[in-house]
Order: sequence, then structure tokens, then C-alpha cells
Amino acid sequence: MRETKKELKVPAIKEGTVIDHIPSRVTFKVMRILDLREFNHTVSVAINLKSKTLGKKGIIKVSNRFLTEDEVNKIAILAPNATVNIIKNYEVKEKIKVSLPDEIHNIIKCSNPNCITNNEKVKTLFHVLNKSPLQVICHHCERVMESKDITLI
Amino acid sequence: MEFKGRDIISIRDFSKKELLYILSIAKRIEKNKNPILLKNKLAALLFYEPSTRTRLSFASAIKRLGGNTIGFAKGEVTSLKKGETLWDTIKMVEQYSDVIIIRHAIEGAARLAAEAASVPVINAGDGANQHPTQTLLDLYTIQKEKGKLENINIGFLGDLKYGRTVHSLAIALSHFNARMFFISPSALKMPQHYLDELKQKKIKFTEVQNLSKVSKQLDVLYATRIQQERFPDPVEYEKYKNAYRLDKSILENSKKNMIIMHPLPRVGEIDPELDETKNAVYFKQAGNGIPLRQALLALVLGKIK
Repeated sequence: MRETKKELKVPAIKEGTVIDHIPSRVTFKVMRILDLREFNHTVSVAINLKSKTLGKKGIIKVSNRFLTEDEVNKIAILAPNATVNIIKNYEVKEKIKVSLPDEIHNIIKCSNPNCITNNEKVKTLFHVLNKSPLQVICHHCERVMESKDITLI
Repeated sequence: MEFKGRDIISIRDFSKKELLYILSIAKRIEKNKNPILLKNKLAALLFYEPSTRTRLSFASAIKRLGGNTIGFAKGEVTSLKKGETLWDTIKMVEQYSDVIIIRHAIEGAARLAAEAASVPVINAGDGANQHPTQTLLDLYTIQKEKGKLENINIGFLGDLKYGRTVHSLAIALSHFNARMFFISPSALKMPQHYLDELKQKKIKFTEVQNLSKVSKQLDVLYATRIQQERFPDPVEYEKYKNAYRLDKSILENSKKNMIIMHPLPRVGEIDPELDETKNAVYFKQAGNGIPLRQALLALVLGKIK
């Protein structure tokens, strides 16, 4: 094992992905987006860790899983400042800064109860109008939503 | 400009150039008085929500160009009662017709219909969202009456929160450097995200509660109905219904050639005493829906290029 830098709140992993700098309150939502409850290998989660930039942050370590670009971008919807570290043999092989896609397909729900996507079985689509602060527009009903309005399907 | 096969769903889908092109075709059709452009063409009018003007205007537009219509109005929607999805209805109707015109109470219904259909779909109003043919006929009316679209001073009056015609027209006029005045009670103000969008586009606007404060500056006064069906609470509706009522006194405090527009129906916002004045253009405005809708039909069906 490598030398211990500081006290690790979550055990290090040999192979896999570490998602760091997640705002604490959305950590479990990120778990949900990535379907980690259903995952077969070890997933370690910590929340309410001290963070200079976020106040309280969450961290997720997933063994034996490497995220697709699509999955990385999904994280950006909830945690625009998250970093995704790819770990190979206990080493950080790659550090990816998440970035919002221009279009968000079938991940979030429209906040307008009168939108067709909430009334008929339709895949949702949102166009990103502004990345920071996040502003998206529903492709169908044209409702403009901000971070606080966003819920997952 | 290629319009053949295109859907008309939202005013946001059109560039300034395209908007002006559609208006120029409407002008040409109006001059020629009903050329037979839609012979053997069948339009499906799917009106899931009540409408008089829009439905009759579309039917008239199509028939006067030699085409024909099938369809239903609210109350006759039998399979819907059986629980058929909109998607399935459209998949069937697209095979029965050359173009689909849809009005629906659910926002985004027209966009979904367009995704389902291989024939062009025209949105005739989807809930509180879009009603692009109304917006285009509003632009056409302003252009006809004022001789231009650029640099107009326009006042929007009444329910600016729920009024989709106001939202779409404001967005459309942002292409033409309009100066906008939003006149409404504070509870019915223009939604913030529209104001943000106008700011981004560097459009100057002012929000006021009193029409008299700004009426002298207006070239166009666009009045709207306070719509009962958009209010969950009838008490709220009663409170605002009479907030803005126009009568002849407005003419004493405005430019001589200011025009008064209204998407109709009106329910008391405009005193009939204004009808005979040259300022009142709301009935002409409704009439302008015919050449404008004829232009759109001819364009999306590829009969005019």
C-alpha cells in the first residue's frame, strides 16, 4: 500500500472510481443516478466531510467500475464541481472534471405537472441554457428550471 | 428557405429571417385572394381543448385554398376517453392526413405530436406554453398597421404571468429591437425567466402597474384577457379580472396612431365603445389569421417555396 497521506475517511480502493467534491446533500442522488445500489462490488460512501469550497462534501468510492463519459456528465447535473478519479492499482490514473452536456436525456423530471412528459410515457429531454448557475429548458413544454427545481426521474 | 415538411411548434424555432419570410408569404397570399394551393390536401384538426377562433380560422384558411379538413373538437374525443395515448392517436392520424393541426391542454403535446408524426404538425396552442400561429399573426398585424416591425414601443397589458400570447410575442419582437412595457398587477407579472432572456438579448423593458404612466409612449397596446381557467383559486380570479379595463379615455392619453390589439376573446377588458375607433385593430388582427395560416400551410406542404 502507498504511504498514508492523511487519515482516510473512506478506505482506499485498488481498482475503480472515486467521485469527490460532491455537495453532501446530493451524494445519495449521485448514487442513484449511477445505479450503485444494484452494483455487485464494494461501494463506500461518506457524507458531511469538511470541504473548503463546498462546506460539507460527499465522496463515493466504487470498486471495479469505470464510468462512461455519459455517466460522468450525468454527475455534473447534480454536482457541477465534482471530480472523478480513475484508480488503477491504488494510484490515480486520471482525474476528470465533470462537465455538463448540452442536452440531458431522460435523467431529470420536468417540474411542470402539466407537461406532456408527466402525463404520458415520454422520455424527457432538456436543453442546457446556462451552465453556471444551471438553467435548463424542457424540450417539450419549454419550462425553464434551475438547480433547485431539478428532480431525478 | 426550406419549409416543406417542417413543424410549426414554437416561436423559438424560427430565426428573424424565417419570421419575415413567413410574413412576406402571408402578404402575397392576401393580395392574391385565396389561390388554389391546397387542392387534394387534407388537414386533420385535432382540437382537444375548446377554441372558436383558431379552429374556424384554420378550417377557413384550408378550405379557401381548396383543401379539406377532418378532425374533432372537444367533446367528440371518443378514443381519448378510452385512454388512448396522444402518441397512438397521432400515429393513426398521420396516415389519414397531409398535415396535423393540434390544440391540447397539456404543455408539450404539440412537440410530442411532431415527434410521432411524419407529416408536418402545426401547434394551435399547447396549454400555457406556445401558440405560434397567434404570434405570427400578431407580428403580421403590427407590420401591416405600423408599416414596420423594428423599434416598436409596445405595452403588454393584463395577465402577463399566464398569458402565452404575451410571452411568445415578446420573444418574437426581441428580434426587432422592440421597447417593451409590461403593465400588470404585481401578482400577474411577466415571469422572471422571460425577463432574463430579454435582458440577455439587450431588449429594453419597463415593468409598471399603471398604464397611464407609460401610455403616451406606446405605438402598440397589446391587451390580454385574465384567464379564469389558469387560476386554481376563483377568489384570486375575481380580484384581478377587472384590474385593467380599457375605454375611450385611453385615447386621450396616448399617441394618435397607437393601435390596440387583443388576441380575443375579450371578457370586459375592452369597452365596445372602442371598437369603432381606428385605433382598435383586434378584429382585423383575428382576420389576419387567415392569410397567415394559409401561408404556413402552403409552406409546410411545399406548395410555396
